[in-house]
Amino acid sequence: MNLILSLDAAGQLAYTDPDGKRHENILVVRAYPISAPDEGVSLIGEDGHELVWIADLRDLSANNLNLVSGELARREFMPKISRIAAVSSYATPSTWTVATDRGETELILKAEDHIRRLGLTTLLITDSQGISFLIDDVDRLDRHSRKLLDRFL
Amino acid sequence: MNNTSTPAPPSFPDVWQTTVRPHLQGNEQIHAWLETNLDERLHFKKSLLLATENRLLYFASFDREPAAGARSCLEFPYRARLKLEQHDHAGVGSLTLTEGESRLAQWRYTLALDAATLRFIKQFVRQLDSFLSGGPVVTDTTEACNKCGSALVLDQCPQCDADEEAPPSTWTLLRLWRFAKPYRWQLLSGFMLMLASTAATLVPPYLTMPLMDKVLIPYQNGAPIDTVTVSWLLGGLFASALLAWGLGWAKTYILALVSERIGADLRTVTYEHLLKLSLEYFGGKRTGDLMSRIGSESDRICVFLSLHLLDFATDVLMILMTAAILVSINPWLAVVTLLPLPVIAWMIHIVRDKLRTGFEKIDRVWSQVSNVLADTIPGIRVVKAFAQEDREASRFRAANAHNLLVNDHINKIWSLFSPSVTLLTEIGLLVVWAFGIWLVSRDEITVGVLTAFLAYISRFYTRLDSMSRIVSVTQKAASGAKRIFDILDHVSSVPEPAHPVHLENISGRITLRDAGFRYGNRSVIKGLNLDIEPGEMIGLVGHSGSGKSTLVNLMCRFYDVSEGSISIDGVNIRQLPIAEYRSNIGLVLQEPFLFFGSIAENIAYGKPAATRAEIIAAARAAHAHEFILRLPHGYDSLVGERGHGLSGGERQRISIARALLIDPRILILDEATASVDTETEKEIQKALDNLVHGRTTIAIAHRLSTLHKAHRLVVLDRGVVVEIGNHDELMAKQGAYYRLYLAQARNVDADLDDNPTQTGEDEA
Ligand SMILES: Nc1ncnc2c1ncn2[C@@H]1O[C@H](COP(=O)(O)OP(=O)(O)OP(=O)(O)O)[C@@H](O)[C@H]1O
Ligand SMILES: [Mg+2]
Repeated sequence: MNLILSLDAAGQLAYTDPDGKRHENILVVRAYPISAPDEGVSLIGEDGHELVWIADLRDLSANNLNLVSGELARREFMPKISRIAAVSSYATPSTWTVATDRGETELILKAEDHIRRLGLTTLLITDSQGISFLIDDVDRLDRHSRKLLDRFL
Repeated sequence: MNNTSTPAPPSFPDVWQTTVRPHLQGNEQIHAWLETNLDERLHFKKSLLLATENRLLYFASFDREPAAGARSCLEFPYRARLKLEQHDHAGVGSLTLTEGESRLAQWRYTLALDAATLRFIKQFVRQLDSFLSGGPVVTDTTEACNKCGSALVLDQCPQCDADEEAPPSTWTLLRLWRFAKPYRWQLLSGFMLMLASTAATLVPPYLTMPLMDKVLIPYQNGAPIDTVTVSWLLGGLFASALLAWGLGWAKTYILALVSERIGADLRTVTYEHLLKLSLEYFGGKRTGDLMSRIGSESDRICVFLSLHLLDFATDVLMILMTAAILVSINPWLAVVTLLPLPVIAWMIHIVRDKLRTGFEKIDRVWSQVSNVLADTIPGIRVVKAFAQEDREASRFRAANAHNLLVNDHINKIWSLFSPSVTLLTEIGLLVVWAFGIWLVSRDEITVGVLTAFLAYISRFYTRLDSMSRIVSVTQKAASGAKRIFDILDHVSSVPEPAHPVHLENISGRITLRDAGFRYGNRSVIKGLNLDIEPGEMIGLVGHSGSGKSTLVNLMCRFYDVSEGSISIDGVNIRQLPIAEYRSNIGLVLQEPFLFFGSIAENIAYGKPAATRAEIIAAARAAHAHEFILRLPHGYDSLVGERGHGLSGGERQRISIARALLIDPRILILDEATASVDTETEKEIQKALDNLVHGRTTIAIAHRLSTLHKAHRLVVLDRGVVVEIGNHDELMAKQGAYYRLYLAQARNVDADLDDNPTQTGEDEA
């Protein structure tokens, strides 16, 4: 797949379509950010209409892949929880102290409903700010974390 | 009725024969008859209508007595502008004969005769046409049922032979055996364990006898304590306690396991059955009530089986064993001890009757309470919008107050019950003491025997108290079981065919013959005939309430027609397995419904195995792709119950995508584009135009402009097809469609109601 992508002066992604028209400030979004992050990615113009559909990220050239992944990384924020250090209480709202792939943080769980099961072992936790935390594989957490988590499931 | 050579159609009532004969001229033949059952004042009275080849005959006031006065007979020779129309209101149908503007006669009948009337009209129209034109009479080619006129299937009428229902039995709890049967071996072993553990609990009191007589009393009389005997006896006590513990644990565990499984099976089977029931059933039930039946009632039954029934059985066993032991020790004392038992049994019986109705009432009240919840919570936006929180709160309070009232009443009886049992047991103990002391004083029994007796009966008297509780729990469980079996006994009004026909490839030809449908006694679709070619796009138009959605419901077999038949590729849809048939239909409803889950799951609802690419393709086709990408988690975004968090148009587009994904042969769009803006509608329209290709499509739309691609437009008015044709033809005809179109163009409300239309008209 041959796309003409570039970064403008402000570091924003720009796309030039086959007709030579340049679209600035484009958005990159994943179709299935959770269940299949690499499968479908869409470039959306400023007006909200889709410009390009990338069925598979692997189809991109190395340079474009870099640009797209960079843009995605800048926009996406879904920390992965690797350990639950402590919870303030077993009744919600409860403040959790967690270690994530983006460092230690605290999240406030407003209700048990905000823990969503994605697969057998994958959980998505939405905190009171609307930030989503992912637990990739519950079984890979340590025993302490699992025990804490279990009280909420 | 299609046989023109017999003098009278089959099952022509004999009683009329003598009346009718003299009035027939020469070789005049009866081609159709109708026995109406109401007179003009709506009293039940039979009269007869006949259609011969040259006139309509009417015989009035038939009262089953040939001698009773002169019967009036009217005749209406066939003339050009003669017309027979049928209307109904609130269960009463009327048949009107008109000539141009003037009304010649009107006859009344109850709606039970609706189908027969429609057939009569049809025959009448045929005879009239043939009389006027001089041509042959048109005849049906397929066999029709005598009763309802729908096409016969294997010499049986799918309509009339389907609805036989078995009455529910009263021994409801025994019917649970059906669910217990798979676990009978576990149940048997549980029962054995129960026997053994009960026996083990009866050992200790028995050992008190030698402990008294051989150890304690001799010691009081100066003899030393025999340590060997004592340690044997104490060891025996300990061992039996240990045994009773182990056996009791095993028994409780096994039986609880089994009853939990029975409960789960009951729940699943009930739910599965519920899902198979037709929309008609759900229309008449309230969500809260059904939820409480499947949820809490089945749990109550489960608790009853695992706890109460188990305890009760143990108690009964214990009483029987105790009685045997007591009799073997001393028959007289045993008789006195067991005397209060019948009294208590009698009390239990009295109270049972009083409580039964009470508990059923409590159940009903309880589902009232949950109904209030199930009504308001989904409709919370309406409640808030109209600021009716207080009213809903007071509705809930009222339901709760009613609940309290009923409970108070029950508790009055109930509260008296247990203390009375306790009192009786105390009295019983007193009697045993008195009689026992008297026996001891006469040296007939030893002190040890008396202590053993007291130990036994104080045990089982305390059990009597808890045994008496079995009354209430049994009643509760039985009423719960009854309410569950109510669901299980309900036969779907859209039954699966007994001999299903499998269609490999459906081409999508839909044929409606004389289809009629009623909600209760409201006739909504009347004598509808329509042939839809494979791949044809039909636009259904008509006023709100004219029966468009109902017609679609019939085609999907959410309901079965009350009269006539619907066939696909020439096969009556009643002969096809329901799920198989529906998998050929893509349906977009007027009110889109989304399930709790991700958007991808919602789109793939009809085809769970769909790949992600397929889902995206369907979403694109429905013009949902871009707005889905704007959501925080794209296709993985959660939509709440009923699609909370999405706009009406977004929900609609997701349901369009859902219908497109299954790539159906038949596409039904009920106001699919009603809740999107004109811009989006145009886009969806473009997408649909491609998708409609090669599929039989039935599209309902109020905005007539959206139906420009339709091959034919069908105009419905009050359940009757009034016009068929494409846009240009119908405009040229200047009929109902023309008025609808003008009204929309001018944006003025023209009313079809001012222009009554005729049933017989569109047949010609
Ligand atoms: N479940 C029901 N029970 C009783 N009557 C019903 C039921 N559903 C619909 N009706 C009645 O049947 C008639 C036809 O309803 P239907 O929903 O088919 O109308 P429609 O042509 O689809 O109208 P609209 O254009 O407003 O959607 C209406 O008079 C309606 O009141
Ligand atoms: Mg409708």
